[in-house]
Amino acid sequence: MSFRETVRAWLAENVPKTVENASAEERIATAKRFQAALHDAGLAGLTWPAEYGGQGRTAADQQVFDEEAAAYDLPTDVFMISMGMCGPTIVDLGTHEQKARYVRPLLRGEEIWCQLFSEPGAGSDVASLQTRAVRDGESWVVNGQKVWTSGAQHADFGALLARTNPDVPKHKGITMFIVDMHAPGVTVRPLKDMTGQAPFNEVFFDNVRLPADAVLGEVDAGWFAAVTMLGHERVSIGGSVRRRYDPLTYTNLADLARRLGRARDPVVRTELAGLYAAERALSLFNTRLRQEADAGSPPGARGSVAKLAGAELLWRAVRVAGLIAGVRAAAWDEGDPAAEELAIAINATPASSIAGGTNQIQRGIIGERVLGLPKEPQVDRDVPFRELRVGTQA
Amino acid sequence: MELVLDSEQRQLREAVRELLADHCPPARVREIMGGDEGWDRALWSRLAGLGVAGLVIPEEHGGSGAGHVERCVVLEELGRALAPVPFLASAVLAVDTVLALGDAELSAELLPQLATGELVAAVAVAGDEGTWGSAAHSIAVTRRNGVFALDGHASFVVSGDAAHLVLVYAGTPDGPGWFVVSGEAAGLRTTRLRTLDPTRALARLDFAGTPARAVAAADPAAVLEAVRDRAAFALAAEQLGGLDHVLETTVDYAKVRVQFGRPIGSYQAVKHACADLYSTAEQARSVVRHAAWTADHDPGALPVAAALAQVVLGPGYFDSAAAGVQLHGGVGYTWEHDAHLYYKRAKTSELLLGAPEEQRARLADRLAL
Repeated sequence: MSFRETVRAWLAENVPKTVENASAEERIATAKRFQAALHDAGLAGLTWPAEYGGQGRTAADQQVFDEEAAAYDLPTDVFMISMGMCGPTIVDLGTHEQKARYVRPLLRGEEIWCQLFSEPGAGSDVASLQTRAVRDGESWVVNGQKVWTSGAQHADFGALLARTNPDVPKHKGITMFIVDMHAPGVTVRPLKDMTGQAPFNEVFFDNVRLPADAVLGEVDAGWFAAVTMLGHERVSIGGSVRRRYDPLTYTNLADLARRLGRARDPVVRTELAGLYAAERALSLFNTRLRQEADAGSPPGARGSVAKLAGAELLWRAVRVAGLIAGVRAAAWDEGDPAAEELAIAINATPASSIAGGTNQIQRGIIGERVLGLPKEPQVDRDVPFRELRVGTQA
Repeated sequence: MELVLDSEQRQLREAVRELLADHCPPARVREIMGGDEGWDRALWSRLAGLGVAGLVIPEEHGGSGAGHVERCVVLEELGRALAPVPFLASAVLAVDTVLALGDAELSAELLPQLATGELVAAVAVAGDEGTWGSAAHSIAVTRRNGVFALDGHASFVVSGDAAHLVLVYAGTPDGPGWFVVSGEAAGLRTTRLRTLDPTRALARLDFAGTPARAVAAADPAAVLEAVRDRAAFALAAEQLGGLDHVLETTVDYAKVRVQFGRPIGSYQAVKHACADLYSTAEQARSVVRHAAWTADHDPGALPVAAALAQVVLGPGYFDSAAAGVQLHGGVGYTWEHDAHLYYKRAKTSELLLGAPEEQRARLADRLAL
């Protein structure tokens, strides 16, 4: 049986049905059962090292899996940060002990991770973060606040950036830590986004103690670790599989046009074709990035192209949705879940061009790190962190 | 699906790129632009010497039987250099028409000469309004004493001025059909059109009792469609080459041009525009490689993949070429700088097979919208 056939047969047998109105706890329990079974079947962490619980396969196999999985709505969204960002960074930078301890449970969905980077005063300029970790004998004591932390309410561990030396320029005094989200002093408070839901949180650290072996990478080399993880994040966001019920995909908008009797309208047709073209161009680019990775050239900063193009694609889809539905996208009768979903998707679209690095940040990365254009003059580059003005504080 | 070039394909690219660097620098392109003849015969012979005109022609007919991926690699380089040679006309449109017609005798006669480049052929499919296939209405076929004769005209014929032979889509009393006309035929008048793009010659052909040879085809309109699909992604490959040139020269300029005390590429307004050019180019490259691969390995999916390539590359190249002029500022608007040549080629290419709205409508048809 080919790998594709194996995947197809396994998915047909094992993907759980989506349960409407399931509670968050039920959804996570379902996701964990599914992920453990996926790992038992040898289909989790396909490209991850076999030594730590992965399968050691190629990106081409991952592509096969993604293509087959596209026919389903897998319940694995809750693992996106674990598997798309934190896990690959542990694999890249962790000690043997850290990899042996954390990677397998992460891949099995037994432990969920979150990313603790952004702060109220450190958004696009993550390196200006103020949460501090101070040495106390062999251990570290952490105080500060993180924000926009997706999934922190479900997380068992977090990858934390904290300032370990304020007397050097901002990039040089940061360390990445592995933090137990259940430790004393960690408080997670939900934060509502503009859709009215609360997928992200504020996280407070009040004298949280971390052991010496919580450092991921080197002390004061946290910026390197952060860049590593942000690279994985962009690839993960840009290359992520769209959900089948996502109302802003070409397929679902074409269906909407048919349902509303708009599919023969010449403007609707050409705009839908344009949307298809943009969606396909991005997906083919992602395929090519994976094939190049298999051939030995990793995507690096080019992942920013996928992230940027993905956001632009969504904005285009919002425009096409409006063209198709007109004011029907803005008001509807009670009990019309499709209209409800579309409205939520329209309201959630700004996240695509902000979360994981704004479009402006992505263009800066492409310009500087891919095309080699000169940087803006950096006024804070050589100034010790403690002398900097940060965020919107006076 | 394979979207990354293998080492042989990369070698082919290097060989063509080197030849063009030596024999088709911008100065040479401008020489041809200003000359009486719309193309570079010497360059065409050199290119043909590499065997690139026969890449999709089967070995039994004198080609290399390589494939569309390889031909697209060549087209990328030609587009990057704005090489004034009848490759699109002869090695793409004419070769693909003969292959799609599938007439054994015609193939045996023409393909070996097309493969070596000694025969330059063009394809005439449009009338005055320029839509593909409209030549079936603007050219009437009659049969006198057992000989076919054409009356009427075709226009926008790519490299029509260079052709020794023209494949013509013309109207018979029984519907459209395909005909072969010698470039030297009596009653054929070839006139070069004035063109927006000085590096690509287009011609009008007038037929007055012009003798022609009929080529039997079960479904002449299907041949036309097949050729148009292949032209769509072949042209897209050429457009991709031009787009790459625009990206590279613009980024290079942004690194060296200093204003207000620093390189303009350090300003976000310029840097972000360069990032958008890169994003466009990288997605365009994926789409072109996919269409070429599809033509070789999954022909059933080609109609969508080919339409997709034109939808992405048409506006993608033109908008980038326009941005290229903009980012060069005043010097980009001068005749002396090459940016305008890419702008003009991009606009012509965007319209050659139908305007962007028409291309998107065509894609919509293929998606069964």
